[in-house]
Amino acid sequence: MSLFNVFNISGSAMSAQSQRLNAVASNLANADSATSANGKPYKAKQVVFTPMATSSADATGVKVKKVIEDASPPKVIYEPKHPLADAKGYVTMPNVNVTEEMVNMISASRAYQNNVETMNAAKTMLLKTLTIGQ
Amino acid sequence: MLNKLDAALSFHQNALRVRGQRQELIASNIANADTPNYKARDLDFSAAMKSALAGVSNAASKSAQTLNKTSEQHISGTPSASTSSSGAPGEPLFRPIIQGSVDGNTVDMDVERNQFADNAIRYEASLIMINGQLKQMLSAIQGQ
Repeated sequence: MSLFNVFNISGSAMSAQSQRLNAVASNLANADSATSANGKPYKAKQVVFTPMATSSADATGVKVKKVIEDASPPKVIYEPKHPLADAKGYVTMPNVNVTEEMVNMISASRAYQNNVETMNAAKTMLLKTLTIGQ
Repeated sequence: MLNKLDAALSFHQNALRVRGQRQELIASNIANADTPNYKARDLDFSAAMKSALAGVSNAASKSAQTLNKTSEQHISGTPSASTSSSGAPGEPLFRPIIQGSVDGNTVDMDVERNQFADNAIRYEASLIMINGQLKQMLSAIQGQ
């Protein structure tokens, strides 16, 4: 029954998008974390999506393939009073681009909404199908 | 007699099945709107419908898929339309690219949402038709 598979497809997309939103939240929260467990500044994390096979051969869901660390260079600010400042007074800050993360957040939440509506439409169609012959 | 009842309903039964399949494909396009290198796909509904209808009537001619009869009293088994749908017409096709994106994804959310709503309405139209046919049959049977 192909309509039931819509739940699997949209559900996989919803969990993938919420994982993306999770990464955005982590990046925004740590936008100013100049140090972490390994002593280096926090590195922005990005999720990579990949199609995921479902019970139907043609339709594919989506899943998070891996979480990568952003390779862009860290921000360097001049702040001699900072405890982590080097000999010249520069501090290495995380490579989080706040503007990019905000855009990412809006994109993830819109994609999530789209999938919720897809699921709702499939639910309505199935419920209507159950009323055949009544 | 039952055969005729089945034939009367088979058109919309097939239509509902193909619409359901198409809904699934569009849902998968919407789900993969942010997946790099994903190519949006859709059914050519009229081709898929034609092959679904042909699958029912041509099923008896496909000797390779019919069941073996070891006794005269066995009924002749014919494959259902769903198992013979692997033919070329009616298979999912890739959507033409209107505005490509840098990551190689070809999902256009406006098109997908449009087609999704359109397909859902047409699915419900088929449901209403099938309900009407059933009511018609009931009133013919009851003779009221």
